[in-house]
Amino acid sequence: MSSLILWGLLWEFVGQIELTFFLPPLSAIFSTLMEIGGTKPFIKALQETAHAFSIGTLSAILIGVPTGILMGKSRLIDELLLPWVNLFLSAPLTALVPVLMVLFGFGLKAIIITTTLFAIWIIVLNSRAGVMQINQSLVEMSRSFGASPLAAFTKIYFWAALPEILGGVRIGFIRAVKGVIIGQLLISIVGFGSLFELYASNFLMSHFWAVLIVLFALSFVIAEFLAYLERRVEYYAARR
Amino acid sequence: MTGRIENAVTVHNVSKSYGDVEALRDLSLDFPRGQLTSLLGPSGCGKTTLLKIIAGLLPASSGEVFINGTPVTGPGADRAFVFQDFALMPWATVLRNVAFGLELRGVSRSEREAIAEKYIIEVGLKGFEHSFPHELSGGMRQRVGLARALSVDADVLLMDEPFSAVDEQTRRKFQEDLLGLVQNENKTFLFVTHSIEEAVYVSDQIAILLPRPSRVMEVIRPSGFRDRDVNSIRRDPEYLDIVDRIWASLKSYVE
Ligand SMILES: Nc1ncnc2c1ncn2[C@@H]1O[C@H](COP(=O)(O)OP(=O)(O)OP(=O)(O)O)[C@@H](O)[C@H]1O
Ligand SMILES: [Mg+2]
Repeated sequence: MSSLILWGLLWEFVGQIELTFFLPPLSAIFSTLMEIGGTKPFIKALQETAHAFSIGTLSAILIGVPTGILMGKSRLIDELLLPWVNLFLSAPLTALVPVLMVLFGFGLKAIIITTTLFAIWIIVLNSRAGVMQINQSLVEMSRSFGASPLAAFTKIYFWAALPEILGGVRIGFIRAVKGVIIGQLLISIVGFGSLFELYASNFLMSHFWAVLIVLFALSFVIAEFLAYLERRVEYYAARR
Repeated sequence: MTGRIENAVTVHNVSKSYGDVEALRDLSLDFPRGQLTSLLGPSGCGKTTLLKIIAGLLPASSGEVFINGTPVTGPGADRAFVFQDFALMPWATVLRNVAFGLELRGVSRSEREAIAEKYIIEVGLKGFEHSFPHELSGGMRQRVGLARALSVDADVLLMDEPFSAVDEQTRRKFQEDLLGLVQNENKTFLFVTHSIEEAVYVSDQIAILLPRPSRVMEVIRPSGFRDRDVNSIRRDPEYLDIVDRIWASLKSYVE
């Protein structure tokens, strides 16, 4: 925290001596932030980004977690899907965005899909890893007491894998931020993407930084919240 | 009563291979109702395998298992398993762990928790209902596993080395408690152990298995000391005799 203050002071100093137009003083950025924070275009941009982002991440979680658990449970499904997951995990997804534009048009749909595409692979992989390290006798226990496959899935596999799942969701979330911004810059200039575009091309540097800081702060807060959830289940992560 | 002992579990010519490894070959064994039968044998001879086949967790390669005359095709409500490593859900409280068998059977929450509570008291864990497994000692965790198996009220309890992960004093206490359970619960117990003394101490019947591929070498039924006071069993001449006899026949398989 104190290092953050130190860097902030340094920034303010560099800004004050007007070393480069690119870096206005931090105080100026914050006053700009206050100025534009309540304005209609800003709120609208925030809403557009949040909308695409939340649907994108939510689908990544809702599709990614069950897929990962199924891969961890079934050899066949694993062998079918794992190469693809690994491929997409390391692929430069930005290069795929034009293809998505061709397939899904220039609207919200393509942006959401881009977001999901950025987030989902690590979620799948982590859920899978969580299931693969499950204690076999827990599985046998549930079977011996007559658990249906669905009950085993929701009462055993999901919880046993939860620490890894949350880890995956946290990293996936960070990637989704990347995805949604790239989507809103490349596919259609909406949301925060449109603000970046507008401010950067008009050299409104303190505006530009203000939006960036809001974005950073938001993703930091959510990532920290997920890390907090992860710590909540840590007590059993080491004891499964 | 005709004097004939009725069997709760019958294993008939069961064989089991894991790929090339032949674990069991033509094994037949009867488990009398209401009694405790120990499976004793060298490590790797297939005791766990046999228990899991009886539990319906593993299919036999050939042969059949009957529970009260009905062939086993999978896990069933008539059997409950006590696991060597306890197999507790680390994210659930003692209460939920104990009630889990009932939860899976769709028993309503209030009902299953009342039943679980009863067995939590019976195994001596009153006051720990809302603790998590990692807050308990090994002995206490195994009591949770035991309470879970008891609370589904199965006819047959399958116990795979249930006391091997607890310390010696706790283990002795468990052995005494187990004798009490066999007396009071009117269930059939199948008990795997590595300890000859433990087997002789707790069993009505001891099945000695040969090394892989496993068959039953001998069935021993201690008769004299079973009705005595639990504290004098270990000094009973018959007890000492049987321990010696089993050791003599198993010695040749231990390097
Ligand atoms: N899943 C498996 N795949 C292949 N071989 C197995 C498997 N499970 C057990 N075996 C083999 O079958 C044999 C019997 O194993 P099992 O676990 O039933 O023995 P055990 O009598 O319980 O041994 P221990 O006393 O050490 O617990 C062993 O030789 C083991 O290597
Ligand atoms: Mg074993």
